[in-house]
Amino acid sequence: MDYVIEMLNIRKEFPGIVANDDITLQVQKGEIHALLGENGAGKSTLMNVLFGLYKPEKGSIKVNGKEVNIEDPNVANELGIGMVHQHFMLVDTFTVTENIVLGSEPSKAGTVDIKAAEKEVQALSEKYGLNVDATAKIRDISVGMQQRVEILKTLYRGAEILILDEPTAVLTPQEIKELIQIMQDLVKEGKSIILITHKLKEIMQVCDKCTIIRKGKGIGTVDVNETNPTELASLMVGREVNFKTDKTPGSPTETALSIKDLRVKDSRGVEMVKGLNLDVRKGEILGIAGVDGNGQTELVEALTGLKKSSSGQVSLNNNSIYNLEPRKVTEAGVAHIPQDRHKHGLLLDFPIGENMVLQNYYMEPNSKNGILNFKKIYEKARSLIKEYDVRTPDEYTKARALSGGNQQKAIIAREVDRSPDLLIAAQPTRGLDVGAIEFIHSKLIEERDKQRAVLLVSFELDEIMNVSDRIAVMFDGQIIAEVKPEETDEQELGLLMAGRKSEKRGEA
Amino acid sequence: MFSNRTFNIVVPLISVVLGLLAGALIMLAFGYNPVAGYAAMWNGAFGDAYFLGETVRQVTPYVLSGLAVAFAMRAGLLNIGVEGQVIVGWLAAVWVGTAFGMPPVVHVIVALLAAAVAGSLWGFVPGLLKAKLGVHEVIVTIMMNYIALYLSNSIIRSLMTDGSDRTDNVAETASLAAPWLREITFFSRIHYGFVVALLMAFTMWFVLNKTTRGFELRAVGSNPFASEYSGMKVGRNIIIAMVISGGFAGLAGAMEGLGTFQYASVSSGFTNIGFDGIAVALLGANTAIGVVLAAILFGTLKIGALNMPTEAGVPTELVDIVIALIILFVASGYIIRWAFLKFSKEGK
Repeated sequence: MDYVIEMLNIRKEFPGIVANDDITLQVQKGEIHALLGENGAGKSTLMNVLFGLYKPEKGSIKVNGKEVNIEDPNVANELGIGMVHQHFMLVDTFTVTENIVLGSEPSKAGTVDIKAAEKEVQALSEKYGLNVDATAKIRDISVGMQQRVEILKTLYRGAEILILDEPTAVLTPQEIKELIQIMQDLVKEGKSIILITHKLKEIMQVCDKCTIIRKGKGIGTVDVNETNPTELASLMVGREVNFKTDKTPGSPTETALSIKDLRVKDSRGVEMVKGLNLDVRKGEILGIAGVDGNGQTELVEALTGLKKSSSGQVSLNNNSIYNLEPRKVTEAGVAHIPQDRHKHGLLLDFPIGENMVLQNYYMEPNSKNGILNFKKIYEKARSLIKEYDVRTPDEYTKARALSGGNQQKAIIAREVDRSPDLLIAAQPTRGLDVGAIEFIHSKLIEERDKQRAVLLVSFELDEIMNVSDRIAVMFDGQIIAEVKPEETDEQELGLLMAGRKSEKRGEA
Repeated sequence: MFSNRTFNIVVPLISVVLGLLAGALIMLAFGYNPVAGYAAMWNGAFGDAYFLGETVRQVTPYVLSGLAVAFAMRAGLLNIGVEGQVIVGWLAAVWVGTAFGMPPVVHVIVALLAAAVAGSLWGFVPGLLKAKLGVHEVIVTIMMNYIALYLSNSIIRSLMTDGSDRTDNVAETASLAAPWLREITFFSRIHYGFVVALLMAFTMWFVLNKTTRGFELRAVGSNPFASEYSGMKVGRNIIIAMVISGGFAGLAGAMEGLGTFQYASVSSGFTNIGFDGIAVALLGANTAIGVVLAAILFGTLKIGALNMPTEAGVPTELVDIVIALIILFVASGYIIRWAFLKFSKEGK
């Protein structure tokens, strides 16, 4: 068998941890090879080794059968390895072509020959059916298109092996479909693709082979044709996966949050929430499923007062909280675990203890007559840190110094401790390890069991399926269906998220 | 690894030493004796009671203009307009000091308040524009400096006097003059202003570190998004920060108007008190105590430098070079820390 890429028995250590331990990855020419593993399993580390960003302690890398020493990304480029990162590396104000030639500009008499480059880029785009306008500015094109520019960039530089890092995380269902088509075209042209992902569905759909990594260890490589999602999942997690978090059924009572015909525009003035109706009852977790960009962010911001709605009604326990300021919303009994914990959730340069009073620093006993009582603030922080098992050297440590999971625990401690009537959790487990995820899910369920209403917004289907008592599917600014997690499956939800009403249970 | 606080102390200290060393090298290079040069500077700042008095006088407005810059900086705002706020404060203080008759103590307090209010007003405008329209405070404050300068000149010439270049002296009741202090310092221009400056340094420390408002101001400076999320009114805090900052700056102007000079005069250029305040705040790491220490250093260098040509034949410009070098080293100190943190993070 001839492999284009062979990574044999790779071991990569970081101080204190072994990120890759004896991992072998062999990719044949013209195949789409999945690299599957949980967050933090070591996928990115392995790819960074291949791309020359890290040096492995053990193991060897062969490209086209020849042993190579990839010292830096330039060497990787020369060997025909191209990487499309999850976060695009594009200059917003430059055109597609300018971005693609950046760093290897074709020059004519000392000036950049952009016309020649444009022609070349356009030709490449047509050859692989990428449908990219070489003269468009990056800021004017969609995220999906930007991703294709990244792909084009690697092709322009002569890549034969493309590494795609979680490429579908930012895409809409249509864009995912187009991307899959592009990937299939690329392999037809003789390219090879390594697809980094933790989404089983995609692997089953497009991949030929799948290499699984679990906690830094190579578990093995399977033929996708000879496996199924359940097997892949258990290989990935290392135990029988029952896909369900342990929880008893909830006992919802009357309506807590009621949203009627809500309309919200985003910062550009485009309407993102288009007449949305939704009820959340006390004692239930309502999960909003949907692909990123269908108005979830705007909905949450409107509910929590961070963004003004243009029209509609929102009430909590029959009191209107429509277009209130954030503090009034908070005081009305809403807690909010924000989607972006670094941007909204924390003052990273403040001590973690002070971050824990961010919602009530101005109230007694934290503050009296305008003077803060740091003794009480830190007393409270200490007890919360203990209760929620926030791992930090002490309560005076800056929030920045904590791991993502512990930062999130601190936020949850702050929000849940106020005994809110409604807890809004937006992407509460994004980027966290399995332990933290389980903790956070159990806290959400605990809140529900205290007869509080929980609104969970997540782009992860698994999370929605596992935690919710009821699922509302959001598409194009509206709730287009409501389903029960025990009565649906990923297939149906996926279709709904793509905007197609299911035939069986379409009624909202 | 250094903690943040240690770093804020160590970096300026090393920078000062490096700046002085570099200054010594430059003196050597130009054929001057650095030991004699620095000895002359020391004598010129602390040599006898007169010099000490003058140094204290010079330090006083630096403390206040440094506090003004530092306070705004803690709320995430770069107040370049301290200069203009100093000018309007100076003018307002002298106006109250010359135009009204009031009992002693009351008069000087009213004059100081007028200076603070004038400075606050000058800070309020850019604060409001930033809060409501998102106009960058740097642009507006720079422009406000020129408005302050020429407006002040015009008011002195056409409203407060009949085409004269300087106003009358302020009434004795409004003066910050401290006769007994002047006497024991061989008639230096020292005045009670340093008490005001130290009180304000304490005020800044207290407001920022102990009050709920100060917590909000620092929060907004650190992360406006998280501040908004937690229900703070970002715009209002921006305005408050600029108003308080302008108030400190206005008082710095009053130090000159009611203390050092006792009058206001038409000026062709800026006082530089406000601009030097930026350097003082940077060197003082935007903390109250740091600003006081940095102001003492700056005042000492400025006053001590005056003695260098006479005693050691070293031109005063050299001191400006030394000050500039110190700033350079402080600034690169922060770059070093930034690089240090960045690489230690990546190494993980």
